[in-house]
Amino acid sequence: MAMEMRLPVARKPLSERLGRDTKKHLVVPGDTITTDTGFMRGHGTYMGEEKLIASVAGSVERVNKLICVKALKTRYIGEVGDIVVGRITEVQQKRWKVETNSRLDSVLLLSSMNLPGGELRRRSAEDELAMRGFLQEGDLISAEVQAVFSDGAVSLHTRSLKYGKLGQGVLVQVSPSLVKRQKTHFHDLPCGASVILGNNGFIWIYPTPEHKEEEAGGFAANLEPVSLADREVISRLRNCIVSLVTQRMMLYDTSILYCYEASLPHQIKDILKPEIMEEIVMETRQRLLEQEG
Amino acid sequence: MAGLELLSDQGYRVDGRRAGELRKIQARMGVFAQADGSAYIEQGNTKALAVVYGPHEIRGSRARALPDRALVNCQYSSATFSTGERKRRPHGDRKSCEMGLQLRQTFEAAILTQLHPRSQIDIYVQVLQADGGTYAACVNAATLAVLDAGIPMRDFVCACSAGFVDGTALADLSHVEEAAGGPQLALALLPASGQIALLEMDARLHEDHLEQVLEAAAQAAQDVHILLDRVVRQHIWPSPDYPLLQSGPWGCFSPNIPRVSWHRQGWYAPHFMLRTPQLQ
Repeated sequence: MAMEMRLPVARKPLSERLGRDTKKHLVVPGDTITTDTGFMRGHGTYMGEEKLIASVAGSVERVNKLICVKALKTRYIGEVGDIVVGRITEVQQKRWKVETNSRLDSVLLLSSMNLPGGELRRRSAEDELAMRGFLQEGDLISAEVQAVFSDGAVSLHTRSLKYGKLGQGVLVQVSPSLVKRQKTHFHDLPCGASVILGNNGFIWIYPTPEHKEEEAGGFAANLEPVSLADREVISRLRNCIVSLVTQRMMLYDTSILYCYEASLPHQIKDILKPEIMEEIVMETRQRLLEQEG
Repeated sequence: MAGLELLSDQGYRVDGRRAGELRKIQARMGVFAQADGSAYIEQGNTKALAVVYGPHEIRGSRARALPDRALVNCQYSSATFSTGERKRRPHGDRKSCEMGLQLRQTFEAAILTQLHPRSQIDIYVQVLQADGGTYAACVNAATLAVLDAGIPMRDFVCACSAGFVDGTALADLSHVEEAAGGPQLALALLPASGQIALLEMDARLHEDHLEQVLEAAAQAAQDVHILLDRVVRQHIWPSPDYPLLQSGPWGCFSPNIPRVSWHRQGWYAPHFMLRTPQLQ
């Protein structure tokens, strides 16, 4: 049996990417951004002694009169209309608590949940008692952000047939800042799998269902065994996403697809090796650049 | 050790440093990908690792949630192999609890907790090798880890220890100097404003000398700030403008590269791969 061993080695810096980007104003906490009091202070700043001081380490972004500092990585901050993938942590009286990689657990109210069969009626006490039948602790769901509370907690809803409980698939957790905002976050990739890019950094890869089930509304989890070919596609996609993340590339359907195609000559487990990772991502980057310009 | 002079006539200490000189500091952010923030620091031979989770929902008892600010939870632990003699209890003993409390007080002063009501921030610090100045190393590592996690802070928190020998204040004590039994002072301050987050001393020191020792510790903390500032800038935007502070102990094995730049994600763990035998 052959065994491969590696020793820790320094990685090369991402210097080739820096040449193209413009010079950014970097700040660390305690740095004075400006002494001009005319600016409004946004996230990542605070006012101290008539100066605007940074509170996180990152780059300063200025939009007209608003100054904010964007940190390299933060927890997910909810915005209305975002698609999120979350895990149920608690079943409370009339709502579920969902963990979405944000500062506080998100809330999914019973009234924001579609009933099986798509009925429209007031939720009764029986529905409350049957909550655990719909979603239990540990289930994964996809939902949309309905509202954001004042303390930052997010209220979710699954008021559409495309949201709901997720069945078999693979979850990849990445930093929320790497998921690009797009018109749609549900993609059916031509390679044979589907992917949900949650804005909170949770990415769900699952086998494309053969026929769209309209009535179920995402309640019945499909527990049929997934074929080996589908599983290989899903594993490859997962490794491609991990390699894109380590090279700090934005994730969207095109970049994932190009990365998948670039990785086809290699074996699935080889994609995670550092030099192959760099090679694949370099190829993806070049293809994306060609496509843009 | 009889006859060990902590400060020679020419002004050199046991390890060859001057009175106000710091030990070599090497630091790294983003050491663990799983945690929200992590950092590793080496101050001379003292090695400390800090990991930050948060802000997240309060786990356990909901009653502990503060309605207007975040709860900061610090835990200190020192590895059993960190000291000369093997430590029996890595955490849970009195010293670890006290250190945890001190770290909590320090960071509650620095983190802007009003921005995250009802949530919890966990800071776990572990000392891998203790050669004096463990509190200072823990605070410095935890500062970097909190910055890595993107948690808003008022300012850096830079800490250093100081002592007093033969009328001279020494900065950044090593274990030998601490064990000699003289007064030791630990200071954590916010460099930009010079505000003190925590000042701790449990020894006898004449009040006339306090000012001098305090001054030495404050100056040393400001020097630490300069170094940590560069580490953070290198982490958020590695570029030729911010040359790397130190090459790390996980050195590059090619002798041609005099300066090593580190990928912000961390170093590679040994990668084992088993290949299944080819079936006939």
